Amino acid sequence: MTATTQGDPYAAGAGRDAAGGRGDRVFTVTGQDWDEVAGALGADGDAERIVVNMGPQHPSTHGVLRLILELEGETVTEARCGIGYLHTGIEKNMEFRTWTQGVTFCTRMDYLSPFYNEATYCLGVERLLDIEDEVPEKAQVMRVLLMELNRISSHLVAIATGGMELGALTVMTVGFREREQVLDLFELITGLRMNHAFIRPGGVAQDLPDGALDAVRAFVALMRKRLPEIATLCNANPIFRARLEGVGYLDLEGCLALGMTGPVLRSTGYPWDLRKTQPVCGYETYDFDVQTWDTADSYGRFRIRVNEMFESLRIVEQCVTRLEGLVGAPVMVADKKIAWPSQLSIGSDGQGNSLDHIRHIMGESMEALIHHFKLVTEGFRVPAGEAYVPLESPRGELGAHVVSDGGTRPYRVHFRDPSFTNLQATSVMSEGGMVADVIVAIASIDPVMGGVDR
Amino acid sequence: MSDARTEGERHLARTEPQADPRGHQDGADVRGRRTGMFGVRGSGDTSGYGGLQRTVVFPPPAERPYGGWFDHCVDTLLARVGDPAAVASVVVHRGELTLHVRREHLPAVVRVLRDDPDLRFELCSGVSGVHHPEDVGAELHAVYHLLSMTHNRRVRLDVSCPEGDPHVPSIVATYPTADWHERETWDFFGIQFDGHPALTRILMPDDWPAHPQRKDYPLGGIPVEYKGGTIPPPDERRSYS
Repeated sequence: MTATTQGDPYAAGAGRDAAGGRGDRVFTVTGQDWDEVAGALGADGDAERIVVNMGPQHPSTHGVLRLILELEGETVTEARCGIGYLHTGIEKNMEFRTWTQGVTFCTRMDYLSPFYNEATYCLGVERLLDIEDEVPEKAQVMRVLLMELNRISSHLVAIATGGMELGALTVMTVGFREREQVLDLFELITGLRMNHAFIRPGGVAQDLPDGALDAVRAFVALMRKRLPEIATLCNANPIFRARLEGVGYLDLEGCLALGMTGPVLRSTGYPWDLRKTQPVCGYETYDFDVQTWDTADSYGRFRIRVNEMFESLRIVEQCVTRLEGLVGAPVMVADKKIAWPSQLSIGSDGQGNSLDHIRHIMGESMEALIHHFKLVTEGFRVPAGEAYVPLESPRGELGAHVVSDGGTRPYRVHFRDPSFTNLQATSVMSEGGMVADVIVAIASIDPVMGGVDR
Repeated sequence: MSDARTEGERHLARTEPQADPRGHQDGADVRGRRTGMFGVRGSGDTSGYGGLQRTVVFPPPAERPYGGWFDHCVDTLLARVGDPAAVASVVVHRGELTLHVRREHLPAVVRVLRDDPDLRFELCSGVSGVHHPEDVGAELHAVYHLLSMTHNRRVRLDVSCPEGDPHVPSIVATYPTADWHERETWDFFGIQFDGHPALTRILMPDDWPAHPQRKDYPLGGIPVEYKGGTIPPPDERRSYS
């Protein structure tokens, strides 16, 4: 136990104590010593009000989120968030790269839903280029396929980490086991498990590799067997329900005032899903249902996430059926002034450029070489203007405000990340409740700090 | 005219019409100008590309009818606000409606947009800052995206303010969700949202000296030395303009 102020750099009150000031003492609680710390304070009349700093390095705060909780006993009277620990200046960096390279940056923001970051940015760029209708059908179907697989993997992590924070470790191991299956598919299709930079302005980077559809079919069959395990484990589990039900309550008016979207909004019973109301990428042509719950609490959000994974499986199946009929179809716009000229193919080392393409530009056509060089180094120009094309990401409305000044680089891209907005509800969801319920409420928001801080 | 320019560059510069940087002549929204082609300065470039000049022109104000529900929305808004000067201009571009709102009218405009049953923009998606250093008198823009779930519509509000007087009224009283978004825009662009309950930095450290997303703020980076040569940080490299 280190419940003293000696050698603690954060012990700001120590000096003032010596000077006879107010006793803002700072304690470092390291686990299993709460009784001693609280007992030592018992005689002190001033010590009823305790401010606990939780995080940013804390396993239950869903990443580097810092919580500042004011406690009375075990009841939270005030809760505030401290964010910014994962700020990496992605939006600023994108202003110094070409429009295509921007994908590589924004895919790293919300690292659990990379395809949504890429897609909303690319849709904004495509709207400014006025090529929304020219993106080939196969590219749109592949985007939907990847996004829905991504929704499954993201919701699995939400449920897994949420379970871990409750102490339900089996939920975590089950969730991460299934997510690994999705990441294997991503690796097969895009080459990377995360940070894909696969969706590009004008389409997607590569066609599907051989065997991808078979792998997706096998995945769907496996998930149909395994996803019910999570439902069986949790849905009626009395301990699980006791921890989640009525916790993190936020009604519809609260949601709209605070800008909440996604599962939190749908847990109030309001079926707002941008895939239905403002569809992009052809979502209006897929058959699926919007999942809602009517309890407006953490349990409802959990059930929505589980149900949405089943709906995503339905969409994935429809994508597979469509892709079967689109073998060999283009995956990038026909406009050679926009389409990425380089082609990749798998060499003996498992990666590399297409030898056919290299032969063409190096040996056959000077113009092809110039074209390749210009497009790769300079990039294409995007007409001046601004666009905002939001998507229904696993966490809610994700949109990119894309501003162009007519140049080869984004003038300004601002991401409206649902984690950032939804995290504002921490105070209303947890004030007046118990400390342990703060964790549950935040887990039900499912913030991803990479998206919050960008 | 700089003396370092070649004859060809001077010729090119002469043939380009000299536009007033803030001139909205012909209704065009000119927000800056670009010169040169490859970002090279003072190298004695004789290709002529160094003399290229182009104005950065944003989509011009739309003329009536705007199309679809846009006309009704703008008419209703102006009628309820009661001051036709509240909206400086209306831009329709790529099917999206943008209202350039004068900053002193912003609180009244958002209140009407949220509460009027014909408008009912219940949800504010957020605030985004944009910095146009050459747009004299309107260098800083705060851009709001509003969503009406009742009518399934979106509208964008663009509020500008000069760098010397970076004040925009806060809309937190109408949209509590703007709290963090306005803090973020203050943090990165230095726009002061008057009336915000606690306008502090949110992502950068509290004692950070400037506003990093402004265009005159360097990207930074570390020059990399390789075999005696150095590679400058990305914002100091040669680039296409």
